[in-house]
Amino acid sequence: MKLLTHNMLTSKCLKGVNVGYPLGIVAKDVKVLETEFNSEFVSRIIPKLDWDTLWNAADSIGHAGDLPRAVCDDYENDVEFLKKVHHVLVEVEVIEGELVCPESGRKFSINKGIPNMLLNEDEL
Amino acid sequence: MARPEYQAPPEVFYSECEARKYSQNSRMIDIQVQMSERAVELLALSDEPHFLLDLGCGSGLSGSVLEDQGHTWVGIDISSAMLDVALERDVEGDLLLGDLGQGLPFRAGAFDGAVSISALQWLCNADKSSHHPAKRLYTFFSSLYACMNRTARAVFQFYPENSDQMELVTSQAMRAGFFGGVVVDYPNSTKAKKFFLVLMSGGAAPLPKPMGESEEKEGISYTSKREQLKKMRGKPLKKSREWILEKKERRRRQGKPTRHDTKYSGRKRSGRF
Repeated sequence: MKLLTHNMLTSKCLKGVNVGYPLGIVAKDVKVLETEFNSEFVSRIIPKLDWDTLWNAADSIGHAGDLPRAVCDDYENDVEFLKKVHHVLVEVEVIEGELVCPESGRKFSINKGIPNMLLNEDEL
Repeated sequence: MARPEYQAPPEVFYSECEARKYSQNSRMIDIQVQMSERAVELLALSDEPHFLLDLGCGSGLSGSVLEDQGHTWVGIDISSAMLDVALERDVEGDLLLGDLGQGLPFRAGAFDGAVSISALQWLCNADKSSHHPAKRLYTFFSSLYACMNRTARAVFQFYPENSDQMELVTSQAMRAGFFGGVVVDYPNSTKAKKFFLVLMSGGAAPLPKPMGESEEKEGISYTSKREQLKKMRGKPLKKSREWILEKKERRRRQGKPTRHDTKYSGRKRSGRF
């Protein structure tokens, strides 16, 4: 699971959970896979991201590096900054671990990089 | 062959053996890729890279089409065997194991669009006693509506069993707030006919034109006089040039490969032959 996906994931489908965001990450195995850098995509996705969630998620799995705590104003033209964001968003992957719902504490396991978001019938 | 939805629930039907077909059978791959390309065309995206959702992504064949066009995607599927094949194929998109009928676990406004190839018909079946198809469809569509931005489209290729099922799906989508409808490609052919449900979240817009529909249809209105004249004339004589041309026209309407008409079409051979 990439941190880009984590930034969009919630557990609001659970019964009794209203927001379910952000999910906590318990990582057991993290991999870094280099992928092609696309500055246009990264600068388009930044306004959609919840920056604090991204920073905290990166920090909790030890890959925050020198990612700034806030987005700078002129990020479209700052290639260095975009590259850092690209690295954290799509190159860092959680392979094994768990996602934790902030409200109910329900755990979603991550196996081979695929989070299991299936719910039991009594949780709907 | 019986419809796969009747044989077993999706997480059981798409076992390792069935999933293997989607990485080895070139005919299946070709069909999936063709339908995905058409679905992306119907999404009507601008040239920039977008963040898309692949619903029922399976082995990621449709995702690969999205990758080729420069988009980033997230796929969700209920069959872990199919997702394993996707991992083997080394797709770029991120994968999730989840049931569409339980709602999509995403934040509001996350995606620029969604595609789904041959997945929607699975939601029309009740595989467990707790399943209620209309309710599951509504949960799915309303959570999809929430996680897309307000200019996004969602395109579903699906195999409706009958008109009731099509009605069920579209009515639940409209209830969830979507605009749009079903586009049928090659409506005159049994084999090439494909159903695409095109949903729009940003207000009503004209539906895209289906493929393989003859242009002449619009124009002359129906009159009983024309019908009578036609009856008088009857069908053209078999093996005549008119008969051949009509037959070719019919094949074209069905989207089958047909040679174009020339001065040689249906011409008699010389006696020497």
